[in-house]
Amino acid sequence: MRRRLMMMVALGCGALALTDFAAHWDASATPSPTSTAAPSGLVAQGHALFDSSCASCHGLSAQGISGRAPSLHGVGALAADFYLQTGRMPLPNPKAQPLRTSPAFSPSKIKALVAYVGSFGGPDIPTVQPSRGSLAEGQRLFGLDCAGCHTIQGQGGIVTGAIVPALNQATPRQVGEAVRIGPYVMPRFGEGELTGTEVNSLARYIQSIQHPDNLGGWGIGRIGPIPEGMVAWLLAAAALLLIARLLGERTSEQPERPPRPGGGA
Amino acid sequence: MNHTAKDRPGDAVAFVDERLGAARGMRWLMDYVFPDHWSFLLGEIALYSFVVLVLTGTFLALFFDPDTTQTVYHGSYHALQGQSVSNAYASTLHISFDVSGGLLARQVHHWAALVFVAAITLHLLRIVFTGAFRKPRDINYFIGVTLLALAILEGFAGYSLPDDLLSGMGLAIAWAVAMSLPLIGGPFATALWGGRFPGSTAFESRLFIAHVFLLPAIIGGLIAVHLAIIMRQRHSQFPGPGRREDNVVGTPMWPGYALRSLGLFAAVAALLVLMGGLIQINPVWLWGPYHPYIGTNGAQPDWYLGWLIGALRLMPNLEIHAFGHTFVPNPFFGGVLFPGIVFGLLYALPWLDRRFISRDYRRHDLLERPRDNPRRSALAAALLSAVAVVFAAGSADRLFFQFGFGYEGAVWFFRGAFLVVPVITYLVTKRVCAGLAREQAHPLRGWSGHVVIRNRSGGFDADAEAIELDTAER
Ligand code: HEC
Ligand code: HEC
Repeated sequence: MRRRLMMMVALGCGALALTDFAAHWDASATPSPTSTAAPSGLVAQGHALFDSSCASCHGLSAQGISGRAPSLHGVGALAADFYLQTGRMPLPNPKAQPLRTSPAFSPSKIKALVAYVGSFGGPDIPTVQPSRGSLAEGQRLFGLDCAGCHTIQGQGGIVTGAIVPALNQATPRQVGEAVRIGPYVMPRFGEGELTGTEVNSLARYIQSIQHPDNLGGWGIGRIGPIPEGMVAWLLAAAALLLIARLLGERTSEQPERPPRPGGGA
Repeated sequence: MNHTAKDRPGDAVAFVDERLGAARGMRWLMDYVFPDHWSFLLGEIALYSFVVLVLTGTFLALFFDPDTTQTVYHGSYHALQGQSVSNAYASTLHISFDVSGGLLARQVHHWAALVFVAAITLHLLRIVFTGAFRKPRDINYFIGVTLLALAILEGFAGYSLPDDLLSGMGLAIAWAVAMSLPLIGGPFATALWGGRFPGSTAFESRLFIAHVFLLPAIIGGLIAVHLAIIMRQRHSQFPGPGRREDNVVGTPMWPGYALRSLGLFAAVAALLVLMGGLIQINPVWLWGPYHPYIGTNGAQPDWYLGWLIGALRLMPNLEIHAFGHTFVPNPFFGGVLFPGIVFGLLYALPWLDRRFISRDYRRHDLLERPRDNPRRSALAAALLSAVAVVFAAGSADRLFFQFGFGYEGAVWFFRGAFLVVPVITYLVTKRVCAGLAREQAHPLRGWSGHVVIRNRSGGFDADAEAIELDTAER
């Protein structure tokens, strides 16, 4: 039942994400006015990098190749920054889920690529200020919008068709970017769904789960009963079995055991 | 009765006897003999965990507020300031952060609950694999299986009380399972909850009374009966030199076993308190309050319910429809039928064993080692492995997440394993038992058989002790 519920949630989210994706794919297909702006040196450097590392999937002028990768016109510096800072791009193969790894480019190259993708227009890199958000509000919003996939402590998990990453590494800026992009099956949250202040609160909450206070002792994974059960069995039950062994046979009345006859009797 | 001033236990007996006339009973109790084998302590571990549970639970009940009315949280836990939470949840946070010793008590209580059910399970396995459930102990075996079921229920009730995110999600499943009972589901669930879930405010206090009074009282009473029947029937024992059907070789209660058992109590209590003090368990402040419209990915119940979650997940999407409405909804199969079958088999075991497995209707006070009855051992191991597969399936998403596999594949993998693993386990266990029986080797201690010497006429002679051992064993 819960699995069905969860799948319904995941499917619903997935569908949402897909329709969103389609919507902004269409929007980005229309040429954006900024693409005609004169390229600065940075953009030119980014263009060169893009042609060698990204164009095989995204096309020579980032217009997308159908069946391989979407157009990047209109996704903005915001999306480029997110996908490059989290090492998701370049993707190893066009069918794979973009997963977080260490960035493939140096910070200065990322800057150039971001400038290039940004030159086609679209949202800028957002400023996220966790200190301006409220922790309790972040907790509430995270439970409402994010925990169904990321778990309430941001430890990640599995939904239909995707691996949901743990949020141990996401920086406040990446949080702000991810909610606006809705990468892969994650739904996209516009200003209407989450205001800038709410994103600040979310980022603050995510920061807090990255630095658990571990009240109550050793925090075993913070995903609840599975590690708890493992500790109960592998630590407690094992220790008690050992104690039982030691206590249980104090007075050995085992018969004198003759040495095992060689070759068997 | 003749006792000197130095005879201190005798003094105590005399003290009581002169007032209650209980000398015979107490003498009997002090002379009661416990067989020497470590596996007899498993049940005691469960007993002592229960004692710890009652002690910590009593403390917790003083501060817990079983009320799901919403309130605004203004306690000392800063991360939830100003959130709308239930009184039950707020009081759990209050216990954790404001009551001195509260968090320790909560954590010891929860660890004790996990260990309690684990110890019962291990104890049950010992009983099953050594044939200790046979006549005349079948009655007590039924009580034991009932205790396991009640312990699971009690644990779930406790897990559900704090009204945190995980407990609320657990109750949502319990509600769905209750609703899935054919014909009576709807009325039964609404009667039990005193309304619908979520929303019913009556349920929390019912759960509370069940958890702190009804179930513990029944469990405590059944434990008392369980122990009384053991004493009345005497302990069973493993075969060995001088051990016969009609005696018990071991350590008397006083002086000896009582102290040893007290030592075990100290060890169990120490371990649980240590764990409660050092290892975080069910940090409800991290899960946040439950609201029907929120959920967390991969929520899990405590381990002893993992096999039911596994069953709910593995069950193909089957429902039985009749006369235009769903007659048997899907959760029925995993949530009611599967545990029903497992517990049904456990209850039927003495009969199945008498009738089909061992085909033996006699009384037995000597136990069998698992190898002595390969067929029973193999069947029990097969059943255990089937439950183990379903149990593993319950947490499959987590395990597979760690290794990066998809979810649907995992479900099919476990469905296959559910059919294949028990068969393999049966065959392997049977071979191992037969092998051990042939070699007479203890799996851990090695060979413990005896020497026979071939005589001139071609027969075999053994020394006197070996012959005695032989007769004692079968
Ligand atoms: C192997 C093919 C491949 C390569 C190489 C590749 N990408 Fe992508 N890229 C994709 C696919 C497929 C997606 C869509 C991902 C999804 O479905 O989440 C994508 C998505 C993106 C997005 C997000 C678009 C959006 O709608 O938000 C950005 C930005 C991006 N890529 C930038 C780059 C950059 C910059 C490079 C070069 C460093 C690059 N990609 C290299 C396949 C590729
Ligand atoms: C439908 C499930 C779903 C929901 C709901 C969801 N996410 Fe995600 N999220 C994902 C998936 C899947 C990814 C990985 C995307 C990828 O592979 O490119 C992700 C990635 C992220 C990342 C990037 C993590 C990293 O380390 O690179 C952040 C940050 C993030 N999500 C935050 C949020 C926040 C905040 C919310 C709530 C407002 C949210 N997510 C809601 C599924 C979800």
